[in-house]
Amino acid sequence: MRVVLRNPRREVEVAGNRRVKDILRELDIVPETVLVIRGDDLITADQVVGDGDTIELRPVMSGGRGSRGGSTAEASDRTGGRGRACP
Amino acid sequence: MKCRKCGGAAVLELRRHNAAFCTPDFLEFFRNQIREAIRRWRMFGPDEHVLVAVSGGKDSLALWDVLLEEGYRTTGLYLDLGIFDYSVESRAKCERFAATRGVPLLVRPVADEVGAPVPVIQRVTRRPPCSGCGLSKRYLLNRVALEHGFPVVATGHNRDDEAATLFGSVLHWQTEALARQSPALASTHPKLVRRVKPLYRLSERETAAYAFLRRIDYIVEECPFAEGATSIAHKQILSRMEDASPGAKHNFLFGYLDRARAAFERAEAVELRECARCGQVTTGTLCAFCKLADQVKRAT
Repeated sequence: MRVVLRNPRREVEVAGNRRVKDILRELDIVPETVLVIRGDDLITADQVVGDGDTIELRPVMSGGRGSRGGSTAEASDRTGGRGRACP
Repeated sequence: MKCRKCGGAAVLELRRHNAAFCTPDFLEFFRNQIREAIRRWRMFGPDEHVLVAVSGGKDSLALWDVLLEEGYRTTGLYLDLGIFDYSVESRAKCERFAATRGVPLLVRPVADEVGAPVPVIQRVTRRPPCSGCGLSKRYLLNRVALEHGFPVVATGHNRDDEAATLFGSVLHWQTEALARQSPALASTHPKLVRRVKPLYRLSERETAAYAFLRRIDYIVEECPFAEGATSIAHKQILSRMEDASPGAKHNFLFGYLDRARAAFERAEAVELRECARCGQVTTGTLCAFCKLADQVKRAT
């Protein structure tokens, strides 16, 4: 079966007829960090994926952040320091 | 796996709740969490016009979608950071979202305000790109809201963002940052607009699932400058902890909000004044944004 990974986009082949959770474990992906998509549907970790299936593991993590470090006057500026700016 | 509410086929498992939901029941769960956030922190009322900061990503567009579904009067604000194709695509996502729903979207290029786009700001300041970007965004969110008379700005920060920020602040005992960490920052000066985070009860996996299930066209690609960002490293650590112990992030963040935040808030009261040049709120004579704009001007 085929697994589509993102950021950067790439594909890997793994053995099918297994549960999603086993595939994630093989790829060392924490389930909390991805959506598992088959076609137009989300699927849960206990579902079995067939040999001919394609699933996408779409990362859910976003971020980067603005400086809030306390070492400069800029960082302690009240307007400039009301928390992280992303997203 | 079966839906906890209706017993139908589940599409998403939420381990921290020891539950799984089908699509309609998950969407209702998601909206309920936002309703509860708005109610508990008195973020805004039904008659207030909310400025929603949108980036084209899953969180902010999911938030805007829920607020529209709930009947709130909203306007989107997209700050164009000038980060190559990433900004072109994310801006297009926001414009399509607004056009499809017939809702207003303000667009402000950061370069018009600071004098250069984020990649140039990074080169000039030699600080991490997220530094100048974040500073500019926070400043402009507030200023645009003031200029247009919005009483409140809503951002798409989710529980994982907040937990990672808290983690970073605790690691370095940044007490000023700890004092300011809250799902709702009140207006403590006539020129500081209230800022709220209605997604703070929801994980980023939940916001991604909501966006997917609602067929929201959001930008999946990550900001090219986010790679290697400290907050991403913190998120990865916290996700490992969450995997080993579901509920860890929730307990970390909500424990802080319920039991520790007030102590930091009392200790870090600051005196606010207006920037000598632009009139926006600062703790110094010249605000950080004007200093940044000066730095960019000198170097370009």
